[in-house]
Amino acid sequence: MTKRYACRYAALVSMSSSSLSASGLAEVASSEASLRRFLHGLPGIDAVGLQARAAGLGTRSIKTTAKAYAIDLAISMIDLTTLEGADTPGKVRSLCQKAKNPDPGNPDVPHTAAVCVYPDMVPFAKEALGGAPINVAAVATAFPSGRAGLPVKLADTAEAVAAGADEVDMVIDRGAFLSGRYLEIYELIAEIKKACERPDGTAAHLKVIFETGELVTYDNIRRASWLAMLAGADFIKTSTGKVAVNATPANTLVLMEAVRDFRNATGVQVGVKPAGGIRTTKDAMKYLVMVNEILGDDWLSPDWFRFGASSLLNDLLMQRQKLASGRYSGPDYVTVD
Amino acid sequence: MALFDYAPAPESRAAAGDIASTYGHFIDGEFVESTGSEALKTIDPSTEEVLAEFAQGTEADVDRAVAAARKAFTSWSALPGAERGKYLFRIARIIQERSRELAVLESIDNGKPIKETRDVDLPLVAAHFFYYAGWADKLEFAGYGSNPRPVGVAAQVIPWNFPLLMLAWKIAPALATGNTVVLKPAETTPLTALRFAEICRQAGLPKGVVNIITGDGRTGAALTAHPEIDKVAFTGSTEVGRAIARTLAGTTKRLSLELGGKAANIVFDDAPIDQAVEGIVDGIFFNQGHVCCAGSRLLVQESVHDDVMDALKRRMSTLRVGDPLDKNTDIGAINSAAQLARIQELTAAGEAEGAERWSPACELPSAGYWFAPTVFSNVSATHRIAREEIFGPVLSVLTFRTPEEAVAKANNTPYGLSAGIWTEKGSRILWMASKLRAGVVWSNTFNKFDPTSPFGGYKESGYGREGGRHGLEAYLDV
Repeated sequence: MTKRYACRYAALVSMSSSSLSASGLAEVASSEASLRRFLHGLPGIDAVGLQARAAGLGTRSIKTTAKAYAIDLAISMIDLTTLEGADTPGKVRSLCQKAKNPDPGNPDVPHTAAVCVYPDMVPFAKEALGGAPINVAAVATAFPSGRAGLPVKLADTAEAVAAGADEVDMVIDRGAFLSGRYLEIYELIAEIKKACERPDGTAAHLKVIFETGELVTYDNIRRASWLAMLAGADFIKTSTGKVAVNATPANTLVLMEAVRDFRNATGVQVGVKPAGGIRTTKDAMKYLVMVNEILGDDWLSPDWFRFGASSLLNDLLMQRQKLASGRYSGPDYVTVD
Repeated sequence: MALFDYAPAPESRAAAGDIASTYGHFIDGEFVESTGSEALKTIDPSTEEVLAEFAQGTEADVDRAVAAARKAFTSWSALPGAERGKYLFRIARIIQERSRELAVLESIDNGKPIKETRDVDLPLVAAHFFYYAGWADKLEFAGYGSNPRPVGVAAQVIPWNFPLLMLAWKIAPALATGNTVVLKPAETTPLTALRFAEICRQAGLPKGVVNIITGDGRTGAALTAHPEIDKVAFTGSTEVGRAIARTLAGTTKRLSLELGGKAANIVFDDAPIDQAVEGIVDGIFFNQGHVCCAGSRLLVQESVHDDVMDALKRRMSTLRVGDPLDKNTDIGAINSAAQLARIQELTAAGEAEGAERWSPACELPSAGYWFAPTVFSNVSATHRIAREEIFGPVLSVLTFRTPEEAVAKANNTPYGLSAGIWTEKGSRILWMASKLRAGVVWSNTFNKFDPTSPFGGYKESGYGREGGRHGLEAYLDV
């Protein structure tokens, strides 16, 4: 449906090619005015209807084989996170062991997708993970507030990438967004994207965090999603986990609709990461049902969907044990970290 | 096969409680046998399995039921409102307590998915009783005079699409205002009404206040023509509604009718498209489209037609059709062979007249009555599928260019029960709502019901209002 809006601003109207320029969207960010017109031309969101849809998908009943599949998929999609002022190399090492081998008694449990730490913890995480196929994600750009100048944000990102981060989770400047300075954010994301490049020509994957709890309206969240995708985000992410309202089914649904429409318009697929507040297996099932019914098979993999979470993993492990054994074991039968 | 395939999640059939092999009527507080010998069968439309036999009500049965209601009226109408309210509150609470049982029973007898009986029908049934229970002792403040009196004995005939909910719409306001009732459920869905009779006994409702007699249209005709009744409330087809109106013409009996519909769901180019698509789906596929206020005509602004159709088809491809008792089923079984035949006839006419038919790939069970969700595009106003009520999961899509044209097309129907408007522009919603000749106008939503909101039609969709303060009027002598 956003094709129409893409076309309206398009220099070229062919939508078949798989690049931004061919879809006409490259022109969108040519000026503040054009970017604003595009973002404000996106279809509106009716909050009541959106929340009802998210709640409706939340009533799906996931049982037996479907539940077993979903639990393992959810575990494999976790960015196991520690983002505390009190983080130490020891804590990070312990987290990495948990990521590699979440349930010591059950070696068939999949490993998590990544660990997510502050940039200065990246070297310890890399070392602890060794050759394990688990990515290290670093939050950067003056996380979580984003209140710093561009040089600081670039240096923050460069440090993480130089230390070996596979993924960078950046925050946008919500103040700039709320005061309507969209081009500034577009340029920030593009700069950080450049800073993610490594000397060998590869690049760390860029996740763009909106802090949806501070953008507040669903219309804002949809605009932020398109803004980030236009600027080159590989993933879009709801929240830092540091504010009152983090990921919710409804705001994540907005992100999902955006990546679906963006791929329809450009052919470019972007990942989605809800973060913060997802603590139970039941919560995770609801998100996976949304991925399944809104986005489909193409997004049902850790390459395209992640959970930013810490306590979720243990609940998934307990539910996994329950499904296998038929009884609840309790929190003493999973490791604290 | 999809990566994430939902395993069966069946609700327990046993939760429906015991279903007797045969049922009689509920008259004067007792379950009694019919004076006649004819019995009908009610089946599970998802399997065609016979659930129970029930009595075909005779004229003598109707006489007994009306006499019981007449006798009970004297003392029931003399009760203080607060006392009547107590009974209604008690019924409402019992319905909540037994809601799982009633939801499963309704799904089995009707074919509608358990997701809807559990999350929509039963909560609304209880809410309706709670709402009118609250009115029982406040009637003098309802705006119908300082001491509004009940009408008397109400004959109530209800349809099969929301069996227990339509019962609640009829019985709750009648009892709150001091009337007694004889209610006839539809012949394909009598079981929840008969279970409701048990609830009346459980609540200690005085004998004869609620009487339930079963049977087909012949029983309904005998009931609505009975000389000793004071009011008829009917929900069902326009054809039967006309027949009842003819019967009652020239008598002093009151009549309220809630009949068919061919509602327009109008999507403007500035609509919240993702939510509009949800509203279109809710509007026509909710309850297999067996909804008198269904949004069966989609009027979409031409400039967004292709986008909306793409999004709608994508969404329809995720609808899950199948076992009504599976908690993940979105669309259940068609209620009867007769209804399925009508849907098939009209959709065949749609194709023959040149409309373009589309359904998602979906596997339908071999036994039972099923119809895949279907959308017709390139429909013009002259097509039968644009004019006649299909009462099934079939959407007809037409386009418009301007708001004036949208109003003209929406109103161009003999019906006028409901309409939907999808736009982000508040002023247009108000302008449209003032122009649309429909009893309910939903803005940026569809098929939302609440006991506080009056519901009813314009033109051939009927007259009188049910629900809200307005719903009291039909049962008061004003």
